[in-house]
Amino acid sequence: MVFESLAEKLQGAFSQLRGKGKLSEKDVKVAMREVKLALLEADVNFKVVKDFINKVTERAIGESVLQSLTPGQQVIKIVNEELTALMGTEQVKIEFASSPPTILMMAGLQGAGKTTTCGKLGHILKKNGKRPLLVACDIYRPAAIKQLQVVGEKVDVPVFTMGDQVSPVEIAKSAVAHAIKYNNDVVILDTAGRLHIDEALMEELKKIKEAVNPKEILLVLDAMTGQDAVNVAEHFNSQLEINGVILSKLDGDTRGGAALSVRAVTGKPIKYACVGEKLTDIEEFFPDRMASRILGMGDVLSLIEKAQENFDEEKAKKLENKMKTMTFDLEDFLDQLEQLQNMGPIGDLLGMMPGMNNKALKGLEVNDKDLARTKAIIQSMTLLERKDPDIINASRKRRIASGSGVHVSEVNRLLKQFEQSKKMMKQFGQMDKKMKKGKGLKFPFF
Amino acid sequence: MALSLFSKLKEGLDKTRKGITDKIDDLFNSYGEIDDKLFDELEEILITADVGMQTTMTLIDLLKAELKVRKVKDVHEVKTVFKDVVEKMLTEKDNKPFSIEKTPTIIMVIGVNGVGKTTSIGKIAQKLKDDGNRVMIAAGDTFRAAAIEQLKVWGDRTGVPVVHQSEGSDPAAVVFDAIQSAKARKVDVLICDTAGRLHNKVNLMNELAKVFRVIEREYPEAEKEVLLVLDATTGQNAIQQAKVFNEAAQITGIVLTKLDGTAKGGVVLAIDSELDIPVKLIGVGEKVEDLQLFDAHDFVEALFN
Repeated sequence: MVFESLAEKLQGAFSQLRGKGKLSEKDVKVAMREVKLALLEADVNFKVVKDFINKVTERAIGESVLQSLTPGQQVIKIVNEELTALMGTEQVKIEFASSPPTILMMAGLQGAGKTTTCGKLGHILKKNGKRPLLVACDIYRPAAIKQLQVVGEKVDVPVFTMGDQVSPVEIAKSAVAHAIKYNNDVVILDTAGRLHIDEALMEELKKIKEAVNPKEILLVLDAMTGQDAVNVAEHFNSQLEINGVILSKLDGDTRGGAALSVRAVTGKPIKYACVGEKLTDIEEFFPDRMASRILGMGDVLSLIEKAQENFDEEKAKKLENKMKTMTFDLEDFLDQLEQLQNMGPIGDLLGMMPGMNNKALKGLEVNDKDLARTKAIIQSMTLLERKDPDIINASRKRRIASGSGVHVSEVNRLLKQFEQSKKMMKQFGQMDKKMKKGKGLKFPFF
Repeated sequence: MALSLFSKLKEGLDKTRKGITDKIDDLFNSYGEIDDKLFDELEEILITADVGMQTTMTLIDLLKAELKVRKVKDVHEVKTVFKDVVEKMLTEKDNKPFSIEKTPTIIMVIGVNGVGKTTSIGKIAQKLKDDGNRVMIAAGDTFRAAAIEQLKVWGDRTGVPVVHQSEGSDPAAVVFDAIQSAKARKVDVLICDTAGRLHNKVNLMNELAKVFRVIEREYPEAEKEVLLVLDATTGQNAIQQAKVFNEAAQITGIVLTKLDGTAKGGVVLAIDSELDIPVKLIGVGEKVEDLQLFDAHDFVEALFN
């Protein structure tokens, strides 16, 4: 999937840096060229990429980064920081009017997902204790009104319509009156999709704006939009002065480049992101989380910090040697488990790992108890057995099982897993060679 | 006819053209000689047109080689050469234009959400009907709210019958029904709508595969056309969409919609170069007649003249 391929590319660029004890200006520039390509392929706007690369390069070369002990990681940190800064460091929420109703007007291109997003917004606002009203102002697209009605029904939010023969301005005005009468405190206007260069339709939006004076105008933007995203956002912004953006279809394998560019170019925050097909699939937008997602690095930095805090340098070296010579045994396994436990709950750690997003984690329930049990099994083995698991026969297994209070099958499973891990390690070892003596963190296995 | 089509195409592509060519014109006029800086700027222009990094580099390499072969020294000639390079890339493969050659034909229309599948179906139906075919539409998008209604409106507008079930029913069943009905009524072309689906949703892609199995089994005599609808405003993700959909169904052509915006249409080049899937139709406006046959020569001419 593309999302991973971007992460891969960035990681590739970074791993070249990471492997080096010293960085030259040239190293940084080579890596930045790769970062640039990766960002461009993620549809980040060309100008934004250019500025971004200049900024990062300047900081990376300028600060005492190159002289520091871990220059590669310093550079990654700078990239992450700048990326977060691009999207605005803080989360911005929808502002509600001091005297209700709060009027929210949605705008966007055809097919951006306005109608669905209206439903989703209605849902999340309702969940937050509001009484929203959806208003069908799209009188052009066939069945648009019907679509909003269906969506409204699904999320149990009332929908106001006047058919497709009344002008959207009138509909909006009547809807506000209706909302006041029926005590709806949020009015969400679904408008027709339009090209940002369609003057007649833009004029219509301006008229609606004048007529009902919405508290917020939200641009619904397809997260898969390419370089044009910036044009679209700028146009809508200059015509209507939008308050923020809702990103739709972020559940695709899009790399979210549009998200980066729009904030950087228009200065308007992203307020929500739609992350799935169901009407409940809408989330508030957090710039820092998005930055990690785009970098595909999870929260590698804190993971690295944690690892460095807890890992014994000498032990790690020994382990590396053992991995290379394939003399890794259950004793070492136990050691690893203990170190891992020192770092905190497994679930949290996995979440920080690159390539581990919430989705991947969902199906993967890691139980800290499992770890403890595994430890118990190993601790029930004799030293000899730990060094040479091959000698563990049926009677030894029975002893180990009763010693650790588990079933023999669990002992079997552990031994099997250990065998597999060993195989995996062999591959890691080979990967390591390819990456030129990577100085990166050796993940404990389990 | 050919001429009016051409001018229509040119009109629709006007904004696209302005996007790329104004800048290219500026570029060529502001440089005295051919140097690396010129290529760098050219690279920038292509990328901002969504051509994508890989294809941009390919094109520039091709351009450089061609310039060498032709011994071009003058900056102003570079444009002509570049035009040739692009056109050559688009026409290299011998692609059949979109037409109904054999009846019955079944056209599957697929794509992600919001690219304009339903609208394109309406337009295609009108076009084929005007050509004298008996057309039928199957409302295979049973997922999106009011998708069936939207298609029915198009059916009324174009006077084409629409076979449908209720929302939430099995799309394969709808297609099955439609095929039986098409056979009974001796329909020439059956156009099947499908629900928009993101290409990374495995279950939805499997559902699509099921629909194809039904078609394969129930309508083996029909000529199959699988059109992937792509939104011209989509960036590099379009390539990925094409790739993944192509795995689920052998795509025979692409319908590129919304070319009348400011989106530069550069994806066409990327898709052609990287995937070898021809663009067959383009949408340059909201009206029924704004769905055009894609013609590489006209396209490049309109783009660069």
